[in-house]
Amino acid sequence: MSDAEKKDTPEQAEFRAYCQDWLSKNHPGKPTVKIPQGALELSDPAALEWLKKWQKASYDAGLIGCDYPKEVGGGGMTNCQVIANAEMQKAKTPYLPNIIGMGMAAPTVFFHGQDEVKAELLPKLLSGEHMWCQGFSEPGAGSDLANQQTFAELKGDKWIINGHKVWTSLAHFADWMILLCRTDKGEKYNGLSYFVVPIKSALGKGVTVRPLIKLTGETGFNEVLFEDFEVDDRYRLDEVGNGWAVAMTTLSHERGAGPLVTPASGGMSVEEGESLSTSNAMALVDLAKKQKRSGKTAADDAVIRDEIMQLMIRRESMVQNGRRAAVSSLVEHPARIALQSKLVATELNQDMAELAYHIEGMASSLYVNDDNAPAGGQWPLAYMNSFGVTIAAGANEVQRNILGERVLGLPKSK
Amino acid sequence: MSIQPKNFGFGEDETMLRDSARKFFSDNCSADKIHNLVATDPNIHRSIDCVWDKNLWQQIVELGWTAVCVSESAGGIGMPAVAAVALAEEVGKAAFPSPLLSTFNATFVLNHCQSEAATAALGEIAEGKATTLAITNQEGSWDASATDVSVNNDGSLSGTAYFVQDAKKVAQLVVSAASDKGVGLYLVDTTAGGVQMVADGIIDLTRDQAHIEFSNASAIELAAPGTGNLAIDQAMPAILSIVSADMVGAGEWLLQTTVEYAKTRVQFDRPLGFFQAVKHPLVNVMLDIDRSKSLAYNAACAYDTDPDNALRLAHMAKSQAGDMAVFSASRAVQFHGGIGFTWECFVHLFFKRQMHNQVLFGDAKYHRALLADMVMGAAA
Ligand SMILES: Cc1cc2nc3c(=O)[nH]c(=O)nc-3n(C[C@H](O)[C@H](O)[C@H](O)COP(=O)(O)OP(=O)(O)OC[C@H]3O[C@@H](n4cnc5c(N)ncnc54)[C@H](O)[C@@H]3O)c2cc1C
Repeated sequence: MSDAEKKDTPEQAEFRAYCQDWLSKNHPGKPTVKIPQGALELSDPAALEWLKKWQKASYDAGLIGCDYPKEVGGGGMTNCQVIANAEMQKAKTPYLPNIIGMGMAAPTVFFHGQDEVKAELLPKLLSGEHMWCQGFSEPGAGSDLANQQTFAELKGDKWIINGHKVWTSLAHFADWMILLCRTDKGEKYNGLSYFVVPIKSALGKGVTVRPLIKLTGETGFNEVLFEDFEVDDRYRLDEVGNGWAVAMTTLSHERGAGPLVTPASGGMSVEEGESLSTSNAMALVDLAKKQKRSGKTAADDAVIRDEIMQLMIRRESMVQNGRRAAVSSLVEHPARIALQSKLVATELNQDMAELAYHIEGMASSLYVNDDNAPAGGQWPLAYMNSFGVTIAAGANEVQRNILGERVLGLPKSK
Repeated sequence: MSIQPKNFGFGEDETMLRDSARKFFSDNCSADKIHNLVATDPNIHRSIDCVWDKNLWQQIVELGWTAVCVSESAGGIGMPAVAAVALAEEVGKAAFPSPLLSTFNATFVLNHCQSEAATAALGEIAEGKATTLAITNQEGSWDASATDVSVNNDGSLSGTAYFVQDAKKVAQLVVSAASDKGVGLYLVDTTAGGVQMVADGIIDLTRDQAHIEFSNASAIELAAPGTGNLAIDQAMPAILSIVSADMVGAGEWLLQTTVEYAKTRVQFDRPLGFFQAVKHPLVNVMLDIDRSKSLAYNAACAYDTDPDNALRLAHMAKSQAGDMAVFSASRAVQFHGGIGFTWECFVHLFFKRQMHNQVLFGDAKYHRALLADMVMGAAA
C-alpha cells in the first residue's frame, strides 16, 4: 500500500477502490487514430472524437468533476478528484481533450457565474460534450493582459462585441469561450469585464476562427475575430468592471495554484512501445543506453551521465517541493512554492527534451515523418513544443517578476 | 514502495526544537557579532587561529542539542535525523562557529558501531563532549576505506588524518585506521600522548580544520577492523543531509540579505531590485534553495524511514545543495557591488562557508557520478 493510500479518508478509500475497478475494465485501449503529444496540438477531428469519447465515458463513470456539487453536474465529493487523477495516471489512460474547459473555464464559471448559468454550462463542459477555449490574449495584450482592446458595449440586454483575439488554443473545435474584454476605455484594470460566449453557434454570424500554424508545423491555436457579435447579459460573470478579478481566478487555476483540482487523465504513451515520458528522467537513461556515441553508448559518456543526473535531481526536487509545500511550518512564505510550480515544471520539461535530442545525436535530425527517427521523432518534437508552455500561461520571465515581487518583496518592474 | 511520512518527520518536537534554535541564534549570533569574533584579522598571512564562543557552546550543551540524535538507551533524546538537519539549517543561517555539526556526524557514525565503547562515547556526547570524525586521507578521498592511519600491533594508532573538521574545538576523535583485516574505527582523546594537531590555514573563518598526526597514540576500538568503513557508509546519508542543510541555511541568509540590499540601494533613481538583471537571478537563487531544502529533508527522512533509498536521495541532496551554495554566494557578492567585495561586508563570511561546504564530503559532480553509478550502472 502506498503512502498516499494510507492517508485516504474513508470516502477517498472507497472511491479509490471504485476507480481502480472501473479503470481495469474500461481502459479505452490503443488509439485507433493518431493522437498528438498534447491536447493543445489537436487538429484532426477524428482524434478529437476518439478523445471526447474517453472523456465522456470517464465523466459518466464519475471520475471527472468529482469535487463539483451535483447541481452543476459534479460528483458532490470532497478531495476525490486527486484520487481519480492519480488512478487514471497509474492506469496510463489517454489525456482529456477539454483541458481549457476543465482547467480554466469550470472553476471560473463555478466561482463567478449565476446559478442557472452554472447548471446550464458545467455538465456538458465536464463531460467534454462541449469544448471550451480561452479568449484572453490579443495582438497588443500578451504579458500585459490588462491592455485589452476587444470592446463590449451594452445595447438593451445584449452585449455587442468587436475585437481580435490571438493564440486561442482549440478555438477551431470550441463550442464556448471564456472571454476577457474591455467595457470601459477610461480605466485599464477596472475597465474590464468577463463573459462566457457561445462561439460555435455564431460562426459566420459575428465570429470568425482562423488557424495559426505552430513552428512545429502543427496547428492547434487560432485567431478569433468578433464583428458585432451579440451575447446575452446573463453570460457575464460577476459585475461589469470586475473582469480583472475574475481573470485572476482563471489564471490561478491555469497555473495549478487555485483551490479546485483540475480533472486530468494521462500517462499513456503516444508512441506505443517507446518510453516517452518527459516527466521521468529514467526515460533519458533508457534512451542513452540505446544511442551510440564515440563507439560506446551515450550512457557511458561522463558528461551525458552528469546531465541526466542533474535533471533527475531537479525532477525529484519538484516532487519533494510539492511534499514540503503541504506542511506550512516548512515554508518561509505561503506562496513561495506554489508560485514556482509552473516555472520549474515547464523548464524541466524543456531541458529534458533538449537533453534527449542531444543524446540522439545526428539521428535527432530525423522528424516524425521519417520511419528511421528514434522514438518516432517524438523527442525533438517535444523539445520544440516545450516552448509553448514556457511562453503560455504567463511567460516564465513574467513568472519570475511575480515571484520576485510577491515572495521576495522586490520593487515592481512595471 | 516507501512509507516516508508526508511531513518528513517534522513533528511537534522537531518543529519546536527548530524554532527554539532560530530564536537562540537570532538572540545571540547576529552576523555582526560573528564578524567581530572571527574576522578581526584580514591579513592574508595571519597566524592560524581558532576563535569561537565557548560560552555559547556551553549553553547549547545545556539545551541538550548534542543529545538530539543519541538514542535514549545511550543516554540521549533519540530524535530522527531531521532534528539534526533542522538544527544544521539554523547553524548555517548563523554561520555559527561550533563543533555541533561535527559532533552530529560523529554521532551518526557511532550509532552504527554497535560496540560498548561506542555506546559509552555516545553517552559522553549526549552530555556535551564535542567529537569529530578523523576519516579523511591526504588526497581528501571520501571513500570510507581510504585512510592514512594504521593500527599498530598493540592497538595504538600511527599515521595522519587530514581535513579534520572543528579539530581544535573537540575533545575526542573518531578515527578510521587500517590493519590487515580492514578498516576499523577508534576513539582517541585529543589530549592523549602521541597526538599532534597541526592546524590548517583555511579560508572559512567560521570553522577550524587540522591534520592530526598519531604516533603510537592510545586508542579504544569502536568498530572492529573490516567494519569501520561500513559504519561510515551507513551514516553517510545523515552526514550528507546535515552539510546540505547547513548550505540551505547559509543560502537563505545570503538570499535575504541580498534582497534587503536590492530593496534599499538606489541607482539610476531605482532600487536595484527593480532591474530584472538583479531580480531574476535572485528568484533563481530562491528556486535553488527550495530544491536543496526539500531534497535535504527528503534524504534525512529516508535515513530513518527508508534506508534502502537513503544514500541515493542523499547524493541528490548534496549535489543540489553544492551547486546552490556556489550560486547563492556568487550572486550575493556580485549584487552587493563594490561593498560586497570588501572584508567589511558580512557577505564574505557566508561566501567562504559555502565554498567550504561545497567540497566538504564531496562536491556536486562527485555525488552525481556516484548517483549515476547507482541508477544507470557503472560506465563502460
Ligand atoms: C502554445 C500556446 C498556446 C496559447 N494558448 C492561448 C489560449 O488558449 N488563450 C489565450 O488567451 N492565450 C494563449 N496563448 C497566449 C499566451 O498567453 C501569450 O503568448 C503569453 O501571455 C505571452 O504574450 P505574448 O505572446 O504577447 O508575448 P509578449 O508579452 O510580447 O512577451 C514576449 C517576451 O517578452 C517577455 N516579457 C514581456 N513582458 C515582460 C516583463 N514585464 N518583464 C520581463 N519580460 C517580459 C516575455 O516573457 C516573452 O519572453 C498561448 C500561447 C502559446 C505559446
